[in-house]
Amino acid sequence: MKFVDEFRDNEKAQTLKREIHMLAGRIGRTREKPLLLMEFCGGHTHAIFRYGIEQMLPDSIEMVHGPGCPVCVLPMGRVDDCVALAERPGVIFATFGDAMRVPGSRKSLLQAKAAGADIRMVYSPLDALSLARKNPGHEVIFFGLGFETTMPSTALTVLQAKKEGIRNFSLFCNHITTVPTIKAILDSPDMKIDGFLAPGHVSMVIGARPFDFVARDYNRPIVITGFEPLDILQSIWMLLKQLAEGRCEVENQYSRVVPPAGNKAALEAISKVFEIREFFEWRGLGSIDHSGVKIREAYADFDAERKFQVPNLQIADPRSCQCGEVVKGVIKPWECKIFGTACTPETPMGALMVSSEGACAAYFSYGSVSIDELVARREAKA
Amino acid sequence: MSDESVTHIRRPRGKLRGETITLSHGAGGKAMHDLIEDLFVSGFDNRELDLLEDQARFDLASMTARGDRLALTTDSYVVDPLFFPGGDIGKLAVTGTVNDLAVGGAIPLWLTCGMIIEEGLTVEELRRVVTSMKQSADEAGVRIVTGDTKVVHKGAADKLFINTAGVGVIPEGVEINARRARPGDRIIINGYIGDHGAAIVDARGELAIENSIETDCQPLNGLVQAMLTTCPDIHCLRDATRGGLATVLNEFATDSRVALRIEEQALPVRDEVRGMCEILGLDPLYLANEGKLVAIVPGDCADALLAAMQAHPAGTQSRIIGEVHASPEATVLMSTLFGGERIVDLLVGEQLPRIC
Repeated sequence: MKFVDEFRDNEKAQTLKREIHMLAGRIGRTREKPLLLMEFCGGHTHAIFRYGIEQMLPDSIEMVHGPGCPVCVLPMGRVDDCVALAERPGVIFATFGDAMRVPGSRKSLLQAKAAGADIRMVYSPLDALSLARKNPGHEVIFFGLGFETTMPSTALTVLQAKKEGIRNFSLFCNHITTVPTIKAILDSPDMKIDGFLAPGHVSMVIGARPFDFVARDYNRPIVITGFEPLDILQSIWMLLKQLAEGRCEVENQYSRVVPPAGNKAALEAISKVFEIREFFEWRGLGSIDHSGVKIREAYADFDAERKFQVPNLQIADPRSCQCGEVVKGVIKPWECKIFGTACTPETPMGALMVSSEGACAAYFSYGSVSIDELVARREAKA
Repeated sequence: MSDESVTHIRRPRGKLRGETITLSHGAGGKAMHDLIEDLFVSGFDNRELDLLEDQARFDLASMTARGDRLALTTDSYVVDPLFFPGGDIGKLAVTGTVNDLAVGGAIPLWLTCGMIIEEGLTVEELRRVVTSMKQSADEAGVRIVTGDTKVVHKGAADKLFINTAGVGVIPEGVEINARRARPGDRIIINGYIGDHGAAIVDARGELAIENSIETDCQPLNGLVQAMLTTCPDIHCLRDATRGGLATVLNEFATDSRVALRIEEQALPVRDEVRGMCEILGLDPLYLANEGKLVAIVPGDCADALLAAMQAHPAGTQSRIIGEVHASPEATVLMSTLFGGERIVDLLVGEQLPRIC
């Protein structure tokens, strides 16, 4: 298939693999511990597992699967808010499909739907807006979530709703931002990451420049990466090349999609509708300053948090969860105390087990060794 | 009493009036008789049904002549929409149950048909479904011999639900069983995977994607009999319906305590289906099929069997997709196109589209 197969070519992959092994060998001579490379984005995590990329890497490289899965990092309190909104009489609650299974403290949206709440899965915020047009007697609340990738389409939908004067549409805004989150990881005392694969689709919107600080202030190389397996291998090779040559730069592997300055129209729509929140609560990582956005005063009529009483309770993560340590690369997913036992994709306790883009769920579903074996390995280590 | 000696009674049939099905069509009175006689009895058209008794009656001797075991299965069909590219709920209800019998090695003979109708369904739609069931039954060589109809209030069902049960006879010597996969066996599939799931996603019209994917809905009993003629010792056989190929492979791996290794490169997937999966973040391994079977067969008869399957109209695109190993037990592994390897696990919950 055109535009897909070219990026999954086995021969090219083998060439890159050889180069990666060679470079890793060269870097490995000067260090004892394996190199830790983080892919920030859940889309990359999914691709790494789906194509078995980790098995192609030498032992001296370890991939750390970052927090860039918006569904995974959604805190329980926010899911409870969603359920509370969805259970209001007269409300149609519209959401992306993969938010349905995220556990709240009482129930998930899937369970709320089964109990009678009118919850609809949509593929775009514009679908939610047309639900509002078709159901003038109902309030349609769209559950806006995701990083800068999904922010423009939500912003444009709010602008469209305002233009058409639609009164029964509002947004429950849970959009989060990438840069403050990477900064929080870099600032954490147990941080060990040697280089980053930066999210490709986020960069398509915000451009390459916002990542400059990673190289400049933290001396870490960072490569903006596409989502096909060859993209990922090539970016790993680019990171290794920087490390081998002692460089720390922002490089753009995904230049077929990402312009250096991002997408101007998308950025304008975002800044028209949204402003930075002082802080946002993340599942697994706690509160991070400036890591979320909220709706500006001028669009308050479309803000579900202003329009309705949202309980907005903070619910602590389960104490046994070690998602934060996994996300920072301090431990591997299977080294978490409850991985594969108390915490599984069917009954996720922690953020990373929730979506197929979460590191733990990916290990569970796509890993190259069986779960029983991983659990045995963890117990042997303990 | 043989089939042929059943007295063939014909009497004047009721005529269905009106354009939509109402609650009175399920009330047991004249309207219901008209519905049954005009639509079902004439539609399905066979002598067992013509008798209009409360049960279909069969001659045992003719069954024991064809095999030494009875096979019985049931399945309910609730697909939305009722009509989709290449098929409809009626075709599905017949072929689905026929296939459940066929993959046990059984020769399917008779089906039942229970319909739960939401009031307001048009008579024309119902007639189309019945016609399609009759056509599919003829194609598969089975007869729909008894049935039941209920009409429920608006909202108590979604347009039309159909349950079919099926009876078949398993010939002597056929031992198909999910616990029989052995190291060295080969894994064969009879064609493209994911067509039905993709056609349904497309037909729901929630996505503005235009394509030409049709359901693969087809009866498999002819193919299975051809396979058994070439290789009577087929170890495992199942149709890959809900949950797709990945689910069936996991069932075999778990029940037989073996490892199944498949090659992504060998998997037959249409470009249209792949394209849709790429866009929506779905995996064709988990998409539903309605005319695909997976066979695990002794290594030494795999090539002959493959040739026989490819020569049958229901198996022209058959391929060997992998083989059975001893360990790791109860695991399905796939060598990816890209040169890596990964576990193919059971799906948790429904396959939901990813957002980014």
